[in-house]
Amino acid sequence: MIQFIINNKPVNTGHNPNTPLLEFIRYNLNLKGTKTGCNEGDCGACTVLIGELQNGGNIKYQSQTSCLTPLGNVHGKHVVTVEGISPAKSPQQLQNRPLSPVQEAMCNNYATQCGFCTPGFVMSMTGHCLSEQSNTSANLKVAIDGNICRCTGYHSIMRACKELEARFPEKTAFGSPVEFAVENNIVPEYFKNIPGEIVALHGALKTLDLQGQRVGGGTDIYVQKHDTVKRISLDFAGLQNIPAIEISNGKVVMSSATTVTHLREHEGFSRLFPSFIKHSKLVSSTQIRNMATIAGNFINASPIGDFTAFFLALNATVIFDSDRRVALNKLYLGYKKLDKSAEERIAAIEFPLPSSHSFFNFEKVSKRQHLDIASANSACLMVVEDMVITDICISAGGVGPTPMVLNKTCAFLKDKALTDAVIDEALVITQSEIAPISDARGTEQYKRLLINQLIKAHFIEYRKR
Amino acid sequence: MSATNERIPPTQTNIDSQTHLRGESLYLDDIPILTGTLFGACLGSPVAHGHIRSIDISAAEAVPGVIKVFTAKDIAGENEIGGIIQDEPLLADHEVHFCGMPVAFVVAETWDIARYAMKQIITDIEEHEPVTCPRKAKELGMLIHPPRTHRLGNVDEAFENCHYIFEGQADSNGQEHLYIETQGAYAVPQENGQIRIYSSTQGPTAVQKAVSKVLGVPQHSIEIDVTRLGGGFGGKEDQANTWAALCAMAAHHLQVPVKYALHRLDDMAMTGKRHPYSSDFKIGLSEDLKILAYEVTFYQNSGASADLSPAVLERTLFHCNNTYYIPNVRATAYPCKTHLPPNTAFRGFGGPQGMFVIESAIMFVAEKLGVDATDIQYRNLIQTGQPFAYRQLVDSDAQNCWHAAANAFNIGQIKKDIAVFNEQNEHYKKGMAIMPICFGISFTNTMMNNARALVHIYSDGSVNISTGAVEMGQGVNTKIMQVAAVTLGIHPRKIKILSTNTYRVANTSPSAASATADLNGKAAQIACTALLNRLKEVAAQQLNTTELDHICFKNGLVYLDDAETALTWEAVVMTAFVQRVALTENGHYATPKIHYDKATEQGHPFAYHVFGTSITEVTVDCIRGIYDIDSVKIVHDFGESMNTGIDMGQIEGGLVQGIGWMTLEEVVYDAKGKLRSNALSTYKVPDVYSVPGTITILPLETDKDNMAILKSKAVGEPPLMYGIGSYFAIRNAIKAFNPNAKIALDAPMTPEKTLMALYS
Repeated sequence: MIQFIINNKPVNTGHNPNTPLLEFIRYNLNLKGTKTGCNEGDCGACTVLIGELQNGGNIKYQSQTSCLTPLGNVHGKHVVTVEGISPAKSPQQLQNRPLSPVQEAMCNNYATQCGFCTPGFVMSMTGHCLSEQSNTSANLKVAIDGNICRCTGYHSIMRACKELEARFPEKTAFGSPVEFAVENNIVPEYFKNIPGEIVALHGALKTLDLQGQRVGGGTDIYVQKHDTVKRISLDFAGLQNIPAIEISNGKVVMSSATTVTHLREHEGFSRLFPSFIKHSKLVSSTQIRNMATIAGNFINASPIGDFTAFFLALNATVIFDSDRRVALNKLYLGYKKLDKSAEERIAAIEFPLPSSHSFFNFEKVSKRQHLDIASANSACLMVVEDMVITDICISAGGVGPTPMVLNKTCAFLKDKALTDAVIDEALVITQSEIAPISDARGTEQYKRLLINQLIKAHFIEYRKR
Repeated sequence: MSATNERIPPTQTNIDSQTHLRGESLYLDDIPILTGTLFGACLGSPVAHGHIRSIDISAAEAVPGVIKVFTAKDIAGENEIGGIIQDEPLLADHEVHFCGMPVAFVVAETWDIARYAMKQIITDIEEHEPVTCPRKAKELGMLIHPPRTHRLGNVDEAFENCHYIFEGQADSNGQEHLYIETQGAYAVPQENGQIRIYSSTQGPTAVQKAVSKVLGVPQHSIEIDVTRLGGGFGGKEDQANTWAALCAMAAHHLQVPVKYALHRLDDMAMTGKRHPYSSDFKIGLSEDLKILAYEVTFYQNSGASADLSPAVLERTLFHCNNTYYIPNVRATAYPCKTHLPPNTAFRGFGGPQGMFVIESAIMFVAEKLGVDATDIQYRNLIQTGQPFAYRQLVDSDAQNCWHAAANAFNIGQIKKDIAVFNEQNEHYKKGMAIMPICFGISFTNTMMNNARALVHIYSDGSVNISTGAVEMGQGVNTKIMQVAAVTLGIHPRKIKILSTNTYRVANTSPSAASATADLNGKAAQIACTALLNRLKEVAAQQLNTTELDHICFKNGLVYLDDAETALTWEAVVMTAFVQRVALTENGHYATPKIHYDKATEQGHPFAYHVFGTSITEVTVDCIRGIYDIDSVKIVHDFGESMNTGIDMGQIEGGLVQGIGWMTLEEVVYDAKGKLRSNALSTYKVPDVYSVPGTITILPLETDKDNMAILKSKAVGEPPLMYGIGSYFAIRNAIKAFNPNAKIALDAPMTPEKTLMALYS
């Protein structure tokens, strides 16, 4: 049985845990406010909030695309749909429906046209209100970066964000984001009771006994595979593990359940990588970052995996549950071929802390700058002393069958003076060690030019630092 | 109903806002399912061109839960859904003409089963070479219909007198509609052979006709009902027919309800898009840069069947010289039949494609002569009394919009600031472009310019209105309600706008051509005015006057000679009811003055034109080949907007859609005619980060009369064409980085093309 709370109602169901949450919400629970748009996490029309019990006994909410969320992944959690945040209406209120402040700001600013994407935007914005993020329209904009609207051109929606920024006091004046949201009528009163109900639920929670392919956030396995995913065996233990990021003894170790958002919100990590917020913003969207694990990105083995390129440059190591350790740059044997047995699962990812005088940069170019698959990407970690490159690691994605470290290029650059002439010479070597092909992300010719430009960009960013 | 004396609100938000925001608005897939409903899934052809040897449905029909698999032989009526030209089978019979062409329709107990069974169908198709290029199709004589030509003056003679003559090629790609709600239909059999179909369509009558033909039953048995669409943009004008006809066929045959809401991948693969065009131009100018002659040949990539291509092609010709007066024009357009999904209506309807070519020609001239393209644009703006090639004399606001924009936004300063920025920055370059527009309002097919509104006043004073307008986010229902509230002098709360239904309003034109509010709003106004006049007679009796002109209904009260009386709206309605006065009226509106003769390609096809001028500024990152649209500043000719909130939303949304078409939206078919950009992961529309940093919209101050509803000009399509400015602004920025850049006039300007041009 999968047990969770949807809005203010408990659900116990023996339904197939592989079912996308969206389907279950719409067709089994008959909550039709959550819309089906693209079925692959790229439009946000199906955005819901998932609340998870924290150690302190409070609930932490985040937005997710329900089309990619396996039903099994909400076991023991609080699922919130647009019906669950809309203010209650009396039977007499057939015409003038009461609106939450988020809904009201959207209404005031004509930020809904055909309305189909609208509940998704409302949920993303409400999710922002329930998060620790401060109340700025800039943060609200990040919160809706996974929501596509084809009608408005977004400006009216951003005006609604500005209205919300002006309207609310700072969250810090309240005990918790949930208290802030309840006090300001952003969510109904019943949210106050949810922690207690979830604790009670956990007391009686049965473990889902499942075997099969490991699912983390579902953001890969569920993309375009709705027809098959219900017919295979999946194991949802991935996200039940506790995400943990430890920084000690000159290295960072993160558990396999660590999502991109965990990293973005981790204080220690962001102190070490102040640019991580900027760099990770180029990767997918808030909803997807809330779901997607770094480990999943590695195992996906896409030649263009953004975080694979990112962590390749950081010289990361994968630690399997068999205790076997494989350097990330040795993990990929060929296109989608891994040095990993079928039974092995990532337990943790480890990488050495870059030295304080090193420079790190990540570059990605895609057709659309955000929420898009890269045409090529690259990360660079280097140490420059007295204008001499004493250490360097450059990764490149999208220019071969696997994500790669540009070993020859790096070997050439090491101990060379950082000059334009040296960079130009290095790029000739780069061209000899990549093998891009023409595909939907661009022609071979384009990718060859682009990867050179991205490597140049590393040095331009270094000089700008 | 209580509360009289309520003022009509000065502003009116979209009447659907509250239910949209609470997730309570009903779209096709939200309609409660009736017991026994079956679910459909349509198999599309895996190849673009071929002969069907066999379709083996036995494995699919053997899947538990599958009720029936329909193929062409199961169609009781005609296997034909073509609107303008009868060339489009519902299900492929002997030949397949595009990848994704419907081949079979599986009906099963659940959606999952239907989709699973669909994949068990085995097609044996003898594959033929597909043609995807319109120029190649034209060479092979593959045309939807013979070419059409618009002519003005004598082009050949004029070229002999031109100081400058340039020739070139300009191409624009297609565009996926990407309405967030996919296509779909739900057919429910009724008694006596009737059938009710809920359809996500912009054209309920088109669906009704297609279903009638496929089932072989008269139109009066086919009820189409549309509450609203989750976006249309033209994609559901003609292409909603297929799904409705499939569901209706199955429901009629099995006598159970059948529903089919398309999966996104199927929707993208099986439906047509904005027409790609490849065009040749020859432009001749005087020494002082007046365009004297323009010859253009358009190769429209129509796709595998006519669909709306002939009408789209016609509008390309109407808008081939945008907002410029050119005394000698010869414009020829070929509708080229290719093995792609039938391309269809998309906001602008061929107009943007025509405008892109003349703007390309002007840019081409400017670059060759080393002059500023804006100088050529400005010198050639059309003036009142001058003709377009189709001979309609224009009532022009082209100069007024340009001057207003030049003054309000200081074009000279913008150019200077850009020059300074480009001087100071090595890796980033800015560019700007001006895009003046002129768009004709009316269906170019004159007979379609009519609409009806059925208005009921109930005995309690509440009002229901049905029209042919389909609400798809453009706010047409809000505008119609405003028209009725103003006309009847009652609070909008007393008025409900009902679903669009072919049993209540018949023979409708689709909600398209930006004309929906004009046509249906005027029909509602006519009906409301007739009802009001009857009620005035009733009130006059009670007020003992014969002077109907002295009576006025306002804020739910009756006024005599501007003085409030004791009579309320409700009281007068009740009295009228008791006196057996008809409280129902059907208003009919047909746009006056318009006419067009296709034989001579001359006439007065448009009720009026909409003008505007936009200034687009962009910054190109010359290291990475990516760009940001910094700002778009617009002076737009609204006439007198009846709802600025809604109209501003149309402009911002249209602009951003136009920018998407010109920049990052890239429809990609491979050589075999298979769609590669087949999902949201591979086809990118603008997101919140890719829109212009600022959008400034100023109304053109005008007190001119016009034929629009309450003088509020149509605003749906014209703003899309402001987006064309982004293409040329990026081009100018690239040239600032690399003056020798070789850049084909080939939209969209993707990051790939940008980077390749920067380093060409």
